[in-house]
Amino acid sequence: MVSLSAHGLRGSPDPSRRGFLITMMGAGVMLGYARSSLGGESTGNPSDLFEPTIWYGIDPSGTVTVNIIRAEMGQHVGTALARIVADELEVDWDKVRIITVDSDPKWGLMITGGSWTVWQSFPLLSRAGAAGRIALVEEGAKLLGVNPEACTARNGAVHAKARSISYGDIVARGDLRRTFTPEQLQKMPIKPPAERRLIGKDVVALDVPSKVNGKARYGLDAAVDGMIYARPIIPPTRYGSTVVSIDDSAARRLRGYIRSIALDDPSGTVPGWVMVYAASFSAANRAADLVKVKWHSGETAKVSEQDIQQRAAQLIADPKGGSLFVDDPGVDAVLASAKRKIERTYTTATVMHFALEPVNALAFEKDGVVEIHTGNQWQSSILPVLAKALRRSQDKIVMRSYLLGGAFGRRLDGDYAVPAALASLAIGGKPVKMVCTRADDMRFDCPRSASRQVLRLAWGYGNKVAAMDHHAAAGWPTVTIAPYFLGKDAKGAPYDPFAISGADHWYTVGAQRVRALRNDLADRTFRPGYLRGVGAAWTSWAIESFMDEAAHEAGIDPVAFRLSLLDGTGRNAGSAPNSVGGAHRQAAVLARVAEKAGWGRAMPKDVGLGIASTFGQERRMPTWIACAARVRVDRTTGHVAVEKLTLVIDAGTIIHPDSAAAQVEGAALWGLSMALYEGTEFTKGQPKDTNLDSYRVLRMGETPEIDIEFIPSTEAPVGLGEPATTAVAPAIGNAIFAACGARVRHTPIRPEVVLATLARGS
Amino acid sequence: MTTFELNGRRVSVHSPDDTPLLWVIRDEVGLTGTKFGCGIGFCGACTVHVEGRATRSCITPLGAVAGVKITTIEGLDPEDRHPLQTAWLELQVPQCGYCQSGQIMQAATLLKDYPDPSDRDINAVMAGNVCRCMTYPRIRKAIQLAASRMRGVTHG
Repeated sequence: MVSLSAHGLRGSPDPSRRGFLITMMGAGVMLGYARSSLGGESTGNPSDLFEPTIWYGIDPSGTVTVNIIRAEMGQHVGTALARIVADELEVDWDKVRIITVDSDPKWGLMITGGSWTVWQSFPLLSRAGAAGRIALVEEGAKLLGVNPEACTARNGAVHAKARSISYGDIVARGDLRRTFTPEQLQKMPIKPPAERRLIGKDVVALDVPSKVNGKARYGLDAAVDGMIYARPIIPPTRYGSTVVSIDDSAARRLRGYIRSIALDDPSGTVPGWVMVYAASFSAANRAADLVKVKWHSGETAKVSEQDIQQRAAQLIADPKGGSLFVDDPGVDAVLASAKRKIERTYTTATVMHFALEPVNALAFEKDGVVEIHTGNQWQSSILPVLAKALRRSQDKIVMRSYLLGGAFGRRLDGDYAVPAALASLAIGGKPVKMVCTRADDMRFDCPRSASRQVLRLAWGYGNKVAAMDHHAAAGWPTVTIAPYFLGKDAKGAPYDPFAISGADHWYTVGAQRVRALRNDLADRTFRPGYLRGVGAAWTSWAIESFMDEAAHEAGIDPVAFRLSLLDGTGRNAGSAPNSVGGAHRQAAVLARVAEKAGWGRAMPKDVGLGIASTFGQERRMPTWIACAARVRVDRTTGHVAVEKLTLVIDAGTIIHPDSAAAQVEGAALWGLSMALYEGTEFTKGQPKDTNLDSYRVLRMGETPEIDIEFIPSTEAPVGLGEPATTAVAPAIGNAIFAACGARVRHTPIRPEVVLATLARGS
Repeated sequence: MTTFELNGRRVSVHSPDDTPLLWVIRDEVGLTGTKFGCGIGFCGACTVHVEGRATRSCITPLGAVAGVKITTIEGLDPEDRHPLQTAWLELQVPQCGYCQSGQIMQAATLLKDYPDPSDRDINAVMAGNVCRCMTYPRIRKAIQLAASRMRGVTHG
């Protein structure tokens, strides 16, 4: 599987192997991980050694400022990270500030995705906080003239019986300089869960107040003096189109229009793009509609959604090809000899991100450095591409961070920074604000690829499940966006872990095989992207629908069937630190959700309860999820109304309960939106739906009651932003079957498909 | 030149009459709390009050608002303490926050029309405001909370 320390942190050492330094800076102190392992490489200048990965600082007023290298896109990430530091440091929450940093190699890997942030940061930040506390206690004791053992740290001060000294005073008067070796850091006394004062408690998230009064600054709000605006004209294909001619005679009559330029992009990110410049966005928008561009189209100009599905079916039908993500021996033998087996095919449509803020960026050159002002989730991935596009080294490019008006994975692909920067350099580095309209944003999206999956399951002696075979074909985002994250199977065949995760489930099914296939036609037609839940959202759709079908085939209750397979044996036993308990924890959330939702109780006519259970996204950091959906099906229209979603989640330690619940609400409703509404199709090489007049998304009136329960736990904290997405669609599909007997195998589940399935008698 | 009243102040702008009000407010006046989402009036991110009515500024031409009173999120309450804003904070409604100016502006007129709204009223009036972070359950609760407090003040 993917290893972050081996891939993502290339060029900057793994923080867990680095020492920790406390040094004086200005009037305050800074505390953070050293640039390199201590010993040997020291330049002798502590601030030089220290500067690369500053985590936080304390000033003489006792204010603690925590640097946040993650993107704020609604998950209140700065709040969660700062609380981990502040809890160990024993500082009051009202003394804590956060700063979102600019792109700089010193921060190491800058990525906000995969629901990784808290899981990855918790050990680092809690040790960083503890190191600060220990230094403050030792220095505070010295200033108070007492033994450090007699002191305790609490509320931003060091206390010794009746006397105390504030952190601010210690910073102002003492000498806090310290060095901790990696070994000392590993042994740092992290507080036991019972002594936590901030983790697990609710507070106002630091980013929220500015979001109710219009003061929050998003990429769209970035402005500098003298900037002009630009809107792109996007070519007929994602790749391979070249501009033949540009006719701007009609646009020239428009007030504010400046000019149109075909971008030259050595990185190949935006081939065939034309940029239309004007004095205002409104004028650029109008002008772009008037400029006529002729292209030589790329080869995918006629590709349809059906072509993409057919290509997937072809790939799956061919036993050669692909990569074996799970490969136990004996699958074919069991399937060949089994008396009882089941095979089903599941598909999902292309899904758009539709982040409410259309992609945009402000770019200009200043003192030889290109500055790009935009909201982005993965600066480390796009900087090398920008360097190629702009023909300059990465140290001559800086990305300034802004709030993200939604991301859901769209802004993991920073491709939109490229045309903005090229647009500025094309007119001599003057400030240009590129804004995509909604239709531009949709056509330039990196959608969730359509997927196709074939699953087989066979029973052996004693009606025991003896083999499971799973073939999945989809576009692979990682090939383009982050090839260093690709995995390899035993024979060296590559796979995109994010397009197949979830298929390596925790059910004990005997001999198991999972084959991942790259849909090359999808990859050529569009740029597949990561979308909330990523591959696990479609693999879970297939697996959890299939588990239900298999249970019915075997004549066993679907919950009892799953529980019998979640036995925690063999590779499903789990391991420390992230998956302690293994499949038993999945069984626990499943049993709990069944109890809460009233599984087995009689339902009114045309109302059904469906259940699904997953481990979130990645086997190495499972978030155990179970969802029960109660739906009502209208047999005359095929309309499905979700009346209630019940979710039980075990995500280990919960840092910030209210925002954890908010993340689960959002992820579950995304799951619902993709299950019933969201989906488009490619026609003539382009997504058919480019705005809300035809692209359906969940709205207020379709939002059901949601009941969320977290299993209390002190295990390692894992991800929360996406995992709940994965369980909702199959729970709804299973509920539709329970309500009316129609088995649907494609998302989004449109009313006409429910009707047709009902008419066929399922 | 077009003149109108924005958040209680008279402003004169030079954009052509057919410029959408959204871009006049954002780019010419410089108030950026009102957002651009779909450009066709289907998402509600650009909602402002025109003479007290929730209006999609992205499809409202400047020429249509000459001489009228316009309120944006920045002018909803002089201290940013409108009951909706405090309810939004208390219930931690915003996630990414991008749609929330529009949600609050729409909800403000909802409460004028329905001081004691049912969930059905809320569903109907808020149907045009999209939230991609899916904060709908919290928006609903926050509107109810603000409504109960405003009734308390009015009747109290």
